Amino acid sequence: MSDKSFEPRIVAFFCNWCTYTGADLAGTSRMTYAPNARIIRVMCSGRLDPQFIMAAFREGADGVLIGGCHPGDCHYQEGNYKALRRYTLLKRMLDDLGIEEQRLRLEWISASEGDRVQKVMNEMAEAVRNLGPLRLEPMHLEEHAAHQEGVK
Amino acid sequence: MNKPKVAFYWCASCGGCEETVVDLNEDILKVVEAIDIVFWPVAMDFKREDVAKMADGEIAVCFLNGAIRTNEQLEMAEMLRKKAKVMIAFGSCSHLGGIPGLANLFTRQQILDNSYLEAVSVINQERVYPQEITKVPEGKVTLPALFETVKTLNQVVDVDYYLPGCPPPTNLIMNAVTAILEGKLPPKGAILAPDMALCNECARKDSKPEKPMIKEYFRPHQIKADPEKCLLAQGLVCLGPGTRSGCGAACVTGNMPCTGCLGPTDQVKDYGAKVMSAIASLADANDEAEIAKIMDGIPDPVGTFYRYSLPASLLHRKYLGQAKGGIQK
Repeated sequence: MSDKSFEPRIVAFFCNWCTYTGADLAGTSRMTYAPNARIIRVMCSGRLDPQFIMAAFREGADGVLIGGCHPGDCHYQEGNYKALRRYTLLKRMLDDLGIEEQRLRLEWISASEGDRVQKVMNEMAEAVRNLGPLRLEPMHLEEHAAHQEGVK
Repeated sequence: MNKPKVAFYWCASCGGCEETVVDLNEDILKVVEAIDIVFWPVAMDFKREDVAKMADGEIAVCFLNGAIRTNEQLEMAEMLRKKAKVMIAFGSCSHLGGIPGLANLFTRQQILDNSYLEAVSVINQERVYPQEITKVPEGKVTLPALFETVKTLNQVVDVDYYLPGCPPPTNLIMNAVTAILEGKLPPKGAILAPDMALCNECARKDSKPEKPMIKEYFRPHQIKADPEKCLLAQGLVCLGPGTRSGCGAACVTGNMPCTGCLGPTDQVKDYGAKVMSAIASLADANDEAEIAKIMDGIPDPVGTFYRYSLPASLLHRKYLGQAKGGIQK
């Protein structure tokens, strides 16, 4: 379902040492890319608690992008491997929970890959734009009220 | 002195929470001596009208078990909330949604279709579904309406305390009852169980390696578990590291892995995501394909990690997409 007027909100968790620095490089190199992402800097992709991703979706993100160092390059040796293990299982969990797979993406982007930040940001924005907004069901009482009305 | 009035009620639950009250054994005599049970439909002959007639706040404590998934359950929860000074969510279902909360992986229509049409034991050629209203010569008869989404008790009424567990361990129930009778309840909103992970009270904790690394995850029927060693270290998906203690590691004592019925500790917002994180990061591989292969040992991640807490999770339920109800099976 594509809605061209819809601009997705993407939360991007970028690791301090590689991807965030890569995004800095994209900026200082005057590269333009889709402005849809709010970047949150974390010290390591391994710091990323899957709860943060769930909370982002709950609070209104249409997509979540995770950026970490390339395998073998982690500043903390193995944080990105932990991120990858969690991401692998979380992906399957989100699939079972009906969240389209393009809404969550993990990319390894080094500090020198400003062009890759540009490319991934653009791709992610396009993919989520094509999916349309993520409208999670609010947990309010109106639904109950409506049901009760039906019985009276 | 008047004895404090106590009510027990059940909503979407299996009845195990009621059983566990009987499991108090001799202690139940002390409890019955100290309190006055004014409502307990499963065990005693009280009617809805008896509660309706009571003044607001007349009941000292209401123990409510079960999730909320019909308008009748909602109505009873709301009425009991008004009549009771203290509302306690009793057991996993009212605390976190429990096993009935897994219904949130389906739509209401899918559940009705399965139960009344598709289940192998069902023959229903006339395609008769239960109706909320049926007209009969004598008038109109009604059935409770089933909600699309199963809710926890605190998603529909204000809850004062939580007694976690499936069912709550008897020692926690006795502690709670004692605290109520002595007027020593903790601040509102507290979960009446220790705020520590289960590994902390597990008899096998000394055999848990500093960093258990797992080459292959197993389900309990796939291996013969060593009855002494840490189950997680043996590759069983034991949720002890992310689950609240208080049960004395009862399942592990029976050589079965913890499935997480007591829910998370105070710091955690989304139990399933957090405990999945703990388990997933133990996979002993760095290669993408190899990690994926190890994760295949957990065939149903939602059912494993959100077994008791899907309605309480941040997503609450399966996302139905923009065209609500238009999801495939």
